[in-house]
Amino acid sequence: MPEPGRGAKRGGRFALSNGVYRGLLAAVVAIFVAVVVWYIVSIIAQARPAFSTLGFSWIIQETWNPNKSQFGLLPFILGTVETTAIALVLAVPIGLGTALALAYLVPHRFRAALSSAVELLAAVPSVVFGLWGLVVLAPLFREHVEPFLTSALGWTGLFNGPNEGVGLLLAGVILFIMILPTMVAISRDVLAVVPNEQVEGAMALGATRWQVLRKVVVPGSRTGLLGAFTLATGRALGETVAVALVIGNSPYIAHSVKSAAATLPSLIVNNFGEATGTELSALFGAGLVLLVIGIAVNAAARMLVRSSARSGGGSDAVASAASVAVA
Amino acid sequence: MTTLSFDASADPILQRRGLIQDVAAASLKRRKVYSRIAVGLCWAALVIAIVPLVAVVAYVVVKGLPAWSVDFFTKVTVPEGIPGGGVWNAIVGTVEIAAIATAVTVPVGLLCGLFLAESDGRIAAAIRFMADVMTGVPSITIGIFGYIAIVRNFGGYSGLAGAFAIGIIMLPVIMRAGETAIRGVPGSLSEAGLALGARRATIARRVVLPAALPGIITGVLLAVARGLGETAPLLLTIFGNQYLQWNPTKPMEALPILIYNYSSQPYADLIQVAWGAALLLMVIVLVLSVGSRVLAARMQRERR
Repeated sequence: MPEPGRGAKRGGRFALSNGVYRGLLAAVVAIFVAVVVWYIVSIIAQARPAFSTLGFSWIIQETWNPNKSQFGLLPFILGTVETTAIALVLAVPIGLGTALALAYLVPHRFRAALSSAVELLAAVPSVVFGLWGLVVLAPLFREHVEPFLTSALGWTGLFNGPNEGVGLLLAGVILFIMILPTMVAISRDVLAVVPNEQVEGAMALGATRWQVLRKVVVPGSRTGLLGAFTLATGRALGETVAVALVIGNSPYIAHSVKSAAATLPSLIVNNFGEATGTELSALFGAGLVLLVIGIAVNAAARMLVRSSARSGGGSDAVASAASVAVA
Repeated sequence: MTTLSFDASADPILQRRGLIQDVAAASLKRRKVYSRIAVGLCWAALVIAIVPLVAVVAYVVVKGLPAWSVDFFTKVTVPEGIPGGGVWNAIVGTVEIAAIATAVTVPVGLLCGLFLAESDGRIAAAIRFMADVMTGVPSITIGIFGYIAIVRNFGGYSGLAGAFAIGIIMLPVIMRAGETAIRGVPGSLSEAGLALGARRATIARRVVLPAALPGIITGVLLAVARGLGETAPLLLTIFGNQYLQWNPTKPMEALPILIYNYSSQPYADLIQVAWGAALLLMVIVLVLSVGSRVLAARMQRERR
């Protein structure tokens, strides 16, 4: 048995005293915190000229025209919200159905394989989805999907205008495909945490499969599901390159889901190269708006996922599954 | 039985029983139909979810493989219209940027993970929350930060600025994965170390970190996979470079940037290169993701 002194010696240069060790850890964590603060403060500082030149109302003005020094962000905020909304309208029912199927319906021997396949797809880089959307889906939408939707749903007034392929609808669909793996991976973990006794109890009372899912499993994991959906929302809001490739990039408010539009991230990435002066600051301002929305959505999602993990008895498993799945 | 002259329809209790049985049978039938439909819809959702995802992967493989050749991996990019050329400059940039970002964020992230795993107070909870939120902030804003902090202050677009931005994306992932892995190490192990009189730093290095290694490797590889695929932050920090550039203080090319720039071009040969690069990027990312799982599983098994 080694003596205390020897053990410490064998630790070599890492054998710091406990105080120094704790100090080192705290210092490194302080660096992390400092970087995060620096990140937020520097974006605020660089966006300030736009706020002081244009006043606060520029955020909700309608016109983006750098030649006339008009930098209204409303079209881009709307574009961000609309693409995300389209993605969620598709992703919530389909994601929930897929997660239910993966957690309770798929035979056990396929469950693990299908689940890890879904998780791996969450790792496919977003630019790949953008390339596929632009080269493969856009012509398909222009020739088939949009004419069909216009004839079927034209009476709603949502499908006016020419069939261009690229636009809000395609961007929303690409986002839907992209956020689905994240959503399914987290929802499945959240659903699987529902105690087995409750499921079996409901079955013993004569509930059908669907009644068990609808009345026991889904209500039991409501908070966690909401957290999963919110996390996916955050991902859709902040997605840049895939959207920039398929949305058509028009600085005007869209009047139809087929119109070209732009989102806050696509605005930034498309105009960044040539922007100077107030325009550059306005782009940083757009980044700041995005950052505020992103932090709010993610903070809400984290709290939801965490509180569901606590109440569901799954402890940290769900929360950590969530953080890994998002990665 | 038949001799029993008993009029069932006259007995009110039996009448009621019959009624209940009828209602229950009808209810069960109805509930079963509903259940069939709803479960069918769940299966349909699974199919709808899988088809486009499989289509993306299949498309990238089918379109990308023909672009692969020896030149593709060894020559630098050429302008449209000129035959030959490859993506060697983008491979160099992507690998170098990921390597720099990993080398810096792994030690920092693991020390933060150790801190979080050893602390339960409010400060630790706040930092944990901060890291969680950071994993989800829009990556383009991290690109803006890289531009403001590095590109503007340190001599323009550079591979290092890109590594900085990618590192900030990777850091919170490594922190949280590291913390989870370290928390999974049984407390009795570090208590045994303490009982032997070892210092905390020694226990961390010789007991806790080795025991947590499978989880740590998984987390790091997942973080690298995520960092490799990021495009938006790189667009704002490394700018792109059509020539081979090993020097990370200069503008560099990267695979995601190349895919992004080429895919919006009207030239078939450039789009072909974009498919090839997309396949390469996807293969690298998937190999890292799968590899991390396999490695972790194998190490876990050997431990037992």
